[in-house]
Amino acid sequence: MSAADQSRAAPASSKAQITERRRSDLARQQRIWGWIFLSPWLIGFTIFTAVPIFVSLIFTFMEFSLSSDAAPRFIGLDNWIKLFNDPVAINALGVTFRFALIAVPVGIILPLAMAALLNSKHLVGKILWRPLYYLPYMVPAISSIFIWQAFLNGQTGWLNRVLRGIGIQEPPNWFQNESTILFAFLLMGVWGIGNSMLTMLATMQGVPTELYEAAEVDGAGAFTKFRSITLPMISPVIFYNLVLSVIGIMQYFVVPYVITRGTGNPNNSAYFFNMHLYKTSFTFFDMGYGSTQAWFIFIIALVLTVVLFGTSRRWVYYASGE
Amino acid sequence: MASITQPRISPAVNTSPFYSAQLRKFAVKAMVTMLALLVAIAYLLPFGNMALISIKSADQISGSTDNNILPLSPQLYEYEGESYEVYNIPQADGTVAQWALVDKGRQSSGFIDPANPEAGLIEWQGSWRTLESVYVYDPHPENFAEAWDLINFPRLFFNTLFIAVVGMIGTLLSSICVAYAFARFPIPGKNVMFLILIGTIILPSQVTLIPTYAFFASIGWTGTWLPLIVPHFFANAYNVFLLRQFFMTLPRELDEAAMIDGAGPFRVLMAIIIPQSWPAIISVGLFHFIFAWNDYFGPLIYLLGKPDLVPQATSIMAMVLPLLIFVLAQKIFMRGVVVTGVDK
Repeated sequence: MSAADQSRAAPASSKAQITERRRSDLARQQRIWGWIFLSPWLIGFTIFTAVPIFVSLIFTFMEFSLSSDAAPRFIGLDNWIKLFNDPVAINALGVTFRFALIAVPVGIILPLAMAALLNSKHLVGKILWRPLYYLPYMVPAISSIFIWQAFLNGQTGWLNRVLRGIGIQEPPNWFQNESTILFAFLLMGVWGIGNSMLTMLATMQGVPTELYEAAEVDGAGAFTKFRSITLPMISPVIFYNLVLSVIGIMQYFVVPYVITRGTGNPNNSAYFFNMHLYKTSFTFFDMGYGSTQAWFIFIIALVLTVVLFGTSRRWVYYASGE
Repeated sequence: MASITQPRISPAVNTSPFYSAQLRKFAVKAMVTMLALLVAIAYLLPFGNMALISIKSADQISGSTDNNILPLSPQLYEYEGESYEVYNIPQADGTVAQWALVDKGRQSSGFIDPANPEAGLIEWQGSWRTLESVYVYDPHPENFAEAWDLINFPRLFFNTLFIAVVGMIGTLLSSICVAYAFARFPIPGKNVMFLILIGTIILPSQVTLIPTYAFFASIGWTGTWLPLIVPHFFANAYNVFLLRQFFMTLPRELDEAAMIDGAGPFRVLMAIIIPQSWPAIISVGLFHFIFAWNDYFGPLIYLLGKPDLVPQATSIMAMVLPLLIFVLAQKIFMRGVVVTGVDK
């Protein structure tokens, strides 16, 4: 700014100074436009996120129950100490991580494979397959739960009918069995990957065909083209889906909550961290301890995201060079 | 994999006879398409399961442990004002007769032949419990009508549609602008703000729920549609993230060329960025629509808490519109894929 003022004050600017002034004017203008385009989010963030988060952060240091008339009381770190000594919370965190370890890789590789399949030039009837694969993502979560409770029913569900048909004598009762319930949730998740698949497919279709043509001239086969062109070109979208699936699983709630009717049974094997959070906040109305759990899972998810962003420089490629 | 990975030979030198290359191409096509078909069948099975349950009566769902796949009911025969179940009865000559069981006995039972009721009771030796029932196809499509009445479908449909469409417009306008700001403008502290944006996705919504609700209550918006619509005009982190990632894949050369020709930032957005980004923009619009649709339906279904069979019918009705929209948007997708990069 001051450089611009000085050059304006100079009576006879040299050509270099004019260019310099124009460039800094342009940069300032660009910044102003940037703030203008950013403003909807800045306003919304303040009203709907920043202030409520701040309020809930304060709650983590308070004893604040909606079920009693007692006024909120400052209790320092008591809620945090309680959290680290709460075996139910620690178990719930374990369940969440165990599920994430299988669900995150599957949730990236499978939609990628399906997008590649739909993008294949050898595929006949593309217009038919895409909506079919995407269809489950349209199903409202609650309906999808009813569908899967029927589909995975131990006696009458179609999955077990198929399994019995191919000779498996006693297929499991998926949602009632400690060792299969997380796998059943995974199946439900895999059913609804239309979202990830579609973003990957949309980006695959945006990869300039010149790149493939050039590679073909160089004699590259289909696999080489996929590994050396498609994957790097769509890596921003893979990264996007990776971050979202990690975050999504840290917030996983509706499916286990409805299917286990809030219990997380059998034997707490499906008691996810957010179910504990929900129970604390909206069953016992212990808003202070609930906010502490919310803040705890938020910090974990944030750390994981920062780690992912740290690795992204090694493998995510942006065409515009950032 | 081996059949797909072709040997690295110069295309000018065709070592295989013409028909063999054609055949291989056809084989690859058939394999890829078969794979797609298998995936599609796997994805459709749960729908099939639900569709058949949705036309079953409560008796047919909870009837017996060896439940039938189709909505079947035991065939009944009216005889002297009473209904009797019909059974398959093996005959001495190897054929199977279908008679109604009228008089149950331990050692022998009395049957009526529906084809010839005048013949009167036929004595049959053996336990009737070993016999198989005769089933008839007996669907209950009235489940849909019941669900329709139960949830006042037309009004609900309009409400949801309105909220979804207005919210979609809001989130598209605001999210495109914000994503554009993040992707292209030199704003001080941009990276920190972007991390904060990601942070808002991570934050479990339960944390902000109570303070946000209190805020809407204090300005008198609770009980109106405003809390479901207005927040979407302030950009949504998911959408900004997707659009920003997409904008980042667009080469800057076109922007710069337009700016040299005198286009301002708004003009660049309208004439350069948006026309290249239709796939991503349509995706965002679609995602929001489905989010709004599911979000509104979820609590409503939740509140009704009716027995299992109603949601089976309701969930089919709830799916119809998003499916229709998607099939139509498919065509826009096909036309809209204009992301060609820089023509050299």
